Amino acid sequence: MEALTEHPLWPTPVLTRRGTVNTPSPTALLSANRNQGTPGLAASGEWTAVNATKIDQSIAPLFQQPDQAAPQSIDMTGVRSFDTFGAWHLARLVRMLEARGQKPAIVGLADKYKDLFETVRGASADTESLEGRPALSGLAAIGKAMADAWRSFGLLLNMLGAVCDAFLRVAQRPSTFRMTSTVHQVDRVGWQAVPIILLITFLIGSIIAQQGFFHFRKLGADDYVVDMVGILVLREIGVLIVAIMVAGRSGSSYTAELGSMKMREEIDALRTMGFDPVEVLILPRIIALVIALPILTFLGSMSALYGGELVAWIYGGMSPEIFVTRLKEAISITHFKVGMIKAPFMALVIGIVACTEGLKVSGSAESLGLQTTASVVTSIFLVIVLDGLFAIFFASIGM
Amino acid sequence: MANVANMPIICVSDLVVGFGDRLVLDHVFLDVHVGEILGLVGGSGSGKSVLLRTIIGLIPKRSGSIEVFGKDLDTLNDSKRHAIRKRWGVLFQHGALFSSLTVLQNVQFAMREFLHLPEHLLAEIAATKLAMVGLPRKDANKFPSELSGGMTKRVALARALALDPEIVFLDEPTSGLDPISAGDFDTLIRTLQQTLGLTVFMVTHDLNSLHMVCDRIAVLADGKIVADGPMSLMLRSEHPWVKSYFRGQRGRLLEHQNPHVQV
Repeated sequence: MEALTEHPLWPTPVLTRRGTVNTPSPTALLSANRNQGTPGLAASGEWTAVNATKIDQSIAPLFQQPDQAAPQSIDMTGVRSFDTFGAWHLARLVRMLEARGQKPAIVGLADKYKDLFETVRGASADTESLEGRPALSGLAAIGKAMADAWRSFGLLLNMLGAVCDAFLRVAQRPSTFRMTSTVHQVDRVGWQAVPIILLITFLIGSIIAQQGFFHFRKLGADDYVVDMVGILVLREIGVLIVAIMVAGRSGSSYTAELGSMKMREEIDALRTMGFDPVEVLILPRIIALVIALPILTFLGSMSALYGGELVAWIYGGMSPEIFVTRLKEAISITHFKVGMIKAPFMALVIGIVACTEGLKVSGSAESLGLQTTASVVTSIFLVIVLDGLFAIFFASIGM
Repeated sequence: MANVANMPIICVSDLVVGFGDRLVLDHVFLDVHVGEILGLVGGSGSGKSVLLRTIIGLIPKRSGSIEVFGKDLDTLNDSKRHAIRKRWGVLFQHGALFSSLTVLQNVQFAMREFLHLPEHLLAEIAATKLAMVGLPRKDANKFPSELSGGMTKRVALARALALDPEIVFLDEPTSGLDPISAGDFDTLIRTLQQTLGLTVFMVTHDLNSLHMVCDRIAVLADGKIVADGPMSLMLRSEHPWVKSYFRGQRGRLLEHQNPHVQV
């Protein structure tokens, strides 16, 4: 057999994308004929998947003229090939004729196709409607979303409780604390995050300083740029940017990890072996975040101040000595404390949200994606809300 | 034309596949004939699934040739290769159903893409295919995550049969099913193979399946096909692996249950 010649048994198929058929099929697949005076139908050509639409089109006209003479037979002699698509159309044609009170006989169907036809006919007999899932009306969707949000809040509190419980249990028996796992997680969410955190906060610090010089210069208030950069970075921007970065970087990976463990029943396996998944998987992750986030916040704040100083020197013409002296006057240890106190709480929120969403993953790959997105969005939202609450709190105690 | 009818529908010759410095398939020769059910057996990790995946083009080969429908897939251009791929269906071991689509949409997927059918026909034909594999109509709008193992396999089979292929590849079709479901599935494969005139290439571990449905069995061991023939030949084979597989404790048990299998 030459590779170029057609294989005698299997000619090159005519099926191409989007069902464009390149067979020359001038003859109708189904036509009316008159067999010894009685009206009938004659089928011919290829009754296969590629011609499914054409068969449908040639059946349709028969039912648009109700006064047409009732066919007594369907002659399948001219059919060259026949598959489940053809069989389904023939079965449907018979059903439609029967619905009009006619009883057509099928003649000339090759023996090898009879089994196939009977099977398909049996399988397609059930014509009960195939309606999809009931579409939720708009109102129901809103109600469902509210109920879901409320339930999610409950789950978050539940997880917080479970983590506290596990923490207290571990605190009583420190030997059960998963040190290796915790150190590994600190490495992942802390140490490995350092370069990107330093880079981003450096850029943010530079941009704030540049904007400050640009606008304050018009008022002759260059010196106050240092106050702005110092206070803003230490109190708000440093911790907020780092928390958002960590939520996107580590929170999402926690959700995806726990979610795929849930999908592959690893969490169930742990539970059946008598381990508490919260103690084994979740507590080390959350402790790692609570350790790493303050350190990252400190590093990030320093990097942002450095960026501000560099911009002040190059763009604002303020020497580093003056910047540092001015900074000493502008900020106090309180500003630094305000930023650092918030960090572990934000870490806790990110960790709790990420782990809760991870455990919500059900069997499908789609739900893993959905929960990972939900984890990042929810934790960033909650971090910002928490920052607002802290702002009110610190203002009222005069910090 | 007599020799044409005997031409293999799949012809694997001198196939070598390896990963890194490990040779999984070492000069494998295997023919599959039109209209037969071939069962491929072998120990875990012997490369059964690798052979199946190489034939369907998921794993690259190092050397050798694979001809399907008399054509070497390597020599064809993309559009011809795609045309050939539409003429076979694959049932993956874990079903590989698209988890974001319903059962009905899973079966419709290839039909929708390649057959440009009107929507109402698409739904009805897909439901018919599901009925042929024995899935009730009420389950058509479920998502794959809501199905049991047996139902998943049935839907995956319906999806593999969506375009009326000529060859069906089954990767461990009965693994993970209880004996009753596995038996039902074997019968289903047999019935569909006869009604639709399919050629079936089946990778399996299930001695029952081999007894009940396979016309011919090929044994893969040490990277080679070490035995190839009907059940009776397997039971006579003196190759140590084949002997312990078919005449070991579990094999012997089946022999008693199926006295019609002549040794």
